[in-house]
Amino acid sequence: MNAVTTPATARELTTYVLRLADTSLVLAQRLSAWIGHGPAIEEDLGCANISLDLLGQARLLYAYAGELEGAGRTEDDFAYLREECDFLNATMAELPNGDFGQTIVRQCLLDLWRLELFEQLTQSTDMRLAQIAAKAVKEIRYHGRYSSGWLVRLGDGTDESHQRVATALVMLWPYVAEWFAEDALEQALAERGVVPSVAAVQAGFEARLAPILRAATLTRPSNVDYRWFGKRAQHSEHLSHLLAELQSLHRAHPGAQW
Amino acid sequence: MYTQGLLEAPPKAASAVEDSERMAHFQARIDAEEKIEPKDWMPEAYRQTLIRQISQHAHSEIVGMLPEGHWISRAPSLLRKSILIAKVQDEGGHGAYLYSAAETLGIARSELIEQLLSGRAKYSSIFNYPTPTWADVAAIGWLVDGAAIMNQVPLCRCSYGPYARAMVRVCKEESFHQRQGYHAMLSLARGTPAQQRMAQDALNRWWWPALMMFGPPDTASQHTALSVRWKIKRFTNDELRQKFVDFTVPQAQFLGLTVPDAQLHQDEDGHYQTGPLDWSEFNAVLKGNGPCNAERIAERREAHAAGAWVREAAIAHAAKRAARAVA
Repeated sequence: MNAVTTPATARELTTYVLRLADTSLVLAQRLSAWIGHGPAIEEDLGCANISLDLLGQARLLYAYAGELEGAGRTEDDFAYLREECDFLNATMAELPNGDFGQTIVRQCLLDLWRLELFEQLTQSTDMRLAQIAAKAVKEIRYHGRYSSGWLVRLGDGTDESHQRVATALVMLWPYVAEWFAEDALEQALAERGVVPSVAAVQAGFEARLAPILRAATLTRPSNVDYRWFGKRAQHSEHLSHLLAELQSLHRAHPGAQW
Repeated sequence: MYTQGLLEAPPKAASAVEDSERMAHFQARIDAEEKIEPKDWMPEAYRQTLIRQISQHAHSEIVGMLPEGHWISRAPSLLRKSILIAKVQDEGGHGAYLYSAAETLGIARSELIEQLLSGRAKYSSIFNYPTPTWADVAAIGWLVDGAAIMNQVPLCRCSYGPYARAMVRVCKEESFHQRQGYHAMLSLARGTPAQQRMAQDALNRWWWPALMMFGPPDTASQHTALSVRWKIKRFTNDELRQKFVDFTVPQAQFLGLTVPDAQLHQDEDGHYQTGPLDWSEFNAVLKGNGPCNAERIAERREAHAAGAWVREAAIAHAAKRAARAVA
């Protein structure tokens, strides 16, 4: 069964799919900067692997968004020819890598959220979205094992490593709030069973996070009032830099094939 | 090829009196195409030659991640970005795999990495050339990986078992690298005038360095004979270089690009003969005076130093877990 029955639903679903796709792409772009610069060869490979999976997810999602939209846009049109104010990724994905500890905290938080989200999306009434989620969830499960394994190692490693990831966790935590601040779009899609309820995803995320923070000897920071809304295209200062680099060559040769 | 430093630092002399009987037995096994395995007796010079060759190959893979890696963030399409990440990831994998093969000869990876970072170990000079445009990524795949395959396919039959087996896997992946590079070059050559110019410029810059990857001419190569006798090496530098030229010139013609060699011509046997190679450039780059030698090593050192606290934490955590398991 396909959930898209009206043009309004198609528009809402397109926007939602672009949120997922943009988060995957932007995070892939960030992670790929570790390739050749990690603390060990195995970590270069791990980051490359995850980056590649995320890119694959983005491509599937962009292709679907293009079909839903029906205007003939391709994956590259979405990735390379939209402006910063068109991108709908979760803000956390665009934040700089920082040190390896900061990258791991960011990755672990995003992995646990996305694992819960995509697991629940496999039950979507939109069959295509459910299929994409089913493929992605296998990858994200591995990503979560990698990032949570490192978070525990660093949290429960040396004093220095503990301090570094504890600081990163406090710095990154405010960006979690946006994931669980349900907006009208998510509500409308959830009512039709296309996407899970934000509350259900949050409960699953917290349940997954708690034992990992415990093992890492880290404390869950308190929630803060300010909320970022990258998913509504209200971004940090960092996204435009990331896009300037990502899009530079493509835009320098309009219409070229590569 | 990936082991040019051999020429500067010949292996240590074998211990004064090698057991001549064991030596004869060793050579007989090699002549019978048997594989030498880590626990087998081997002459010290064989061991040292292999350590140097395999580790230099590993270093080349690791340093080789950098010039192309700089283009991952700017790859011009999502497909090209995926391919490039996969390729650079393969190179890291080859590095790890080859360090493991070297470790079977009794040296630790940490020691080999230390040799690289301190500047004592060599890696392929080809990675000391810059990649100013996207076409360089394509040219590296097409020419550098193409040259690497010429050299590495015979290494799949190298007498040392772990190296030969590693090379089987490496060659499969290198072949994908070469194809993707050629395909990327084809897209540029069939593209806009700006893309065509980019492609020709990259060929102009990579052609001669790629030919020099095979090492000095046979007349000037000190170690080929011994390596051939021990079946570490099966073809000479000049044989492999000729094979590469014969293979690559028609590809350039198909692309509609011009090989930057006014003296290039086909002889009556059908082989392409090139003009003379400028070995003074090769030697300058080998000695550390290439365009990017300092940058490449600085980048590796920086990554290694920045990751020290991570490696220490992993060790500390493992120790804590072990202690808790005992308690």
